[in-house]
Amino acid sequence: MAGSKEVEWGDIWHNPLGGKERKMLEQKNNNTSEQKNKNTLEQTESKGMSLIVKTITRLTVGLILLYGIYIVLHGHISPGGGFAGGVIIALSFIHLMLAFGKEEVLKRFSSEYITFFEGLGATLFLGIAILGFLAGYFFLDFFVDKGAPFNLFSAGNIPLYNIAIGIKVSSGLFAIFVFLVLLRVIKDKDKQ
Amino acid sequence: MSQLIPLFIVLPLLGAFLNSLFVRKNTKVSDILSLLITFSLSVISFLSLFLVNKYGVLIYKVGGWRPPLGITLVLDGLSSLLLLTVCLVSFFISLYSINYMEKYTSKEKFYTLFLLMLAGMNGVVATGDLFNLFVFLELASVASYALVAFGTEKEELEASFKYAIMSSVASLFILLGIGIIYSFTSTLNMADIAKTLGGSLNKVVVFAGILFFMGFGLKASIVPFHAWLPDAHPSAPAPISASLSGLLIKSLGIYSLVRVIYNVLGLKELFSLPLMFLGTVSIMVGVVLAIGQWDFKRLLAYHSISQVGYIILGIGLGTPLGILGGLFHLFNHSLFKSLLFLNSGAVEYSTGSRQLLKIKDLGLRSKMPFTSLTTLIASLSISGIPPFNGFFSKLIVIFSCIKAGFFGYAFWAIVGSILTLASFMKVYRYSFSTEHTENREIKEVPFFMKLAMLSLSLLCILSSFLFLNKFSNFFLGPAQKTLLEAKNYSTINDFVENVR
Amino acid sequence: MRVYFLCFILFVVGLYAILRKRNLIKIIIGTIICEYAVNLFLILIAYRKDGRAPIYSPGQEVKNMVDPLPQALVLTSIVIGLAVTALLVGLAIRIYEKYKTFDITKINQLKG
Repeated sequence: MAGSKEVEWGDIWHNPLGGKERKMLEQKNNNTSEQKNKNTLEQTESKGMSLIVKTITRLTVGLILLYGIYIVLHGHISPGGGFAGGVIIALSFIHLMLAFGKEEVLKRFSSEYITFFEGLGATLFLGIAILGFLAGYFFLDFFVDKGAPFNLFSAGNIPLYNIAIGIKVSSGLFAIFVFLVLLRVIKDKDKQ
Repeated sequence: MSQLIPLFIVLPLLGAFLNSLFVRKNTKVSDILSLLITFSLSVISFLSLFLVNKYGVLIYKVGGWRPPLGITLVLDGLSSLLLLTVCLVSFFISLYSINYMEKYTSKEKFYTLFLLMLAGMNGVVATGDLFNLFVFLELASVASYALVAFGTEKEELEASFKYAIMSSVASLFILLGIGIIYSFTSTLNMADIAKTLGGSLNKVVVFAGILFFMGFGLKASIVPFHAWLPDAHPSAPAPISASLSGLLIKSLGIYSLVRVIYNVLGLKELFSLPLMFLGTVSIMVGVVLAIGQWDFKRLLAYHSISQVGYIILGIGLGTPLGILGGLFHLFNHSLFKSLLFLNSGAVEYSTGSRQLLKIKDLGLRSKMPFTSLTTLIASLSISGIPPFNGFFSKLIVIFSCIKAGFFGYAFWAIVGSILTLASFMKVYRYSFSTEHTENREIKEVPFFMKLAMLSLSLLCILSSFLFLNKFSNFFLGPAQKTLLEAKNYSTINDFVENVR
Repeated sequence: MRVYFLCFILFVVGLYAILRKRNLIKIIIGTIICEYAVNLFLILIAYRKDGRAPIYSPGQEVKNMVDPLPQALVLTSIVIGLAVTALLVGLAIRIYEKYKTFDITKINQLKG
């Protein structure tokens, strides 16, 4: 929803927390006396949820991501597929964001990356479909050797579609989440 | 030659995705991309018209699966006419938006959404599978919700929310209807459904038909379901208003309604009278509400309701002449209503306002002679003044009503036409007045906007020649035949190996 | 037959929320309820008596499965519903930003 009098993406991006909130956080840091002199690492530590949540997140987030990738890659053999796996991958990013705060995550995955991957997923899907023209029909399976059933390398080009959908859905869902989060930030700013 | 059909869906989708992938700051690239794509689509749609005249029906098997199992893309008379309308008008709209969309930020997102909407409309028209129709319908609808809210101002957001809620409920009615039809016939291929039903008047089929009528009727804004249109259409940017009013309500609304009710379910006789009645009510309600409006675009939006009434009246009548008139009016309306919306956009571009009372004193006739001329042509077309296309199509509709003995409907259609003339006299009098009390520097619009408006107004004049038998047989004949011999739709799956 | 009627009742509950409620978020929830009622209906028409989940795995006979096609349709319609809901929520948040309220009786710029 881009339009004429919109707040620029960049503004929100670099300053997601309102001034008041940040001040309170800094005061909190000051109260715990030992952290006073230590700078960047402690400050980022104090944002987001508590230490327990962060530790557990560090342990589990990789597993969640891996499970999502597994679901995407095995979509043609077992229940699951591109959409379900993509949702799980997006959930792992969202999990990170909930635990560590928006700033920390958005530093690593910026809007540029998200839009790029969204376009990439869609283009890949369409590209594989267009490749079917080589064999005669749009969306046609262009693999001659389909492979034996219930193997990882089987079912023609369906795994490729699943990967494309996985990229598209994970980045798309994460983009929706980020968008709603950032809109909420604008609202907080207005209140002050 | 049936390899051409998937291009109607592939090309706009490719354009949209490439746009979102590569275009960042340089919006010239997306201008050229969308122009190229819409231009090649309009060339292909002309070609498809020739193909339909030569071969009759063309079927494309998506993925190489045979029809009752796989999804098919069908190109018959009706869909080729609609494809021509959609692709041709969207070419001029994208030409227009090169200059017009400069005043908005993030032009490339506009093009992405516009091309997605185009892909959805083409898909709805070209598909031969009932659920695939629903998917493309939702694709076009979701893109249009976002486009209505493109300005992100107060009114636009409100209109978009209202439109989105009503339209998604309509989509759910359609999905419910599809579910009922699937459970009754165990197939989703439209021709196969028609074959299985065989024109039987089962209670379940009639119920599904009513659900489809509600759903597609809301998309087409027939009168009891019209409440979203006067808010949504004016709120969008002018090119989008043009494509919503000129194309979206026709491809998603009228085409799908007629295709499903006439060809697939075979309920032509049952729905004939309700369609005619609601069409006439639409004519009157739309035009009466339009006369009192002072917002240029809102007035045009009410006229859309009224003009859709003529199309529905003609097609609902079901006689050869009535269907011809309805389809002719569909084509004409997409031309002159897009032109009118583009004109209103030009006025807004130059003066910054679209309230008729505010632009009254500016003396736009001398300051914007070009826009004034094209508005005059479009206004004369829509109100049915002889040399222009609107006259002939309205004449055919009204004449076919008289011929079939429905004098009351013909009377109200004539009254609606007169009231349309009155309201456009008001528009022209106020928006392009000669006297100017207020001295403001007002420039004529830039080149590409002029070019788009000029070509559309030329087409308005040229398309009146479709009245002649020679041309109407070529352009409208196949579509008329599709609706007239609606039962033949059930046999089109036999044409699979027709033309490779 | 009874389950289908319960489905329609669920649909009507959603419609009630859309038509009667004044809060934008509640209206969105109404559309979600409507959508799920339709999805439920599609799943129910696929059901066969004592049917199994239509998952084909090695060493199993293809026998007595429920109809897999409506399940594919429901998957598609869920994805579409996700897109529509996300868009609606985004619009609602933007509306709140502009109007400072979720009450539809106070969101009335458009008239006529």
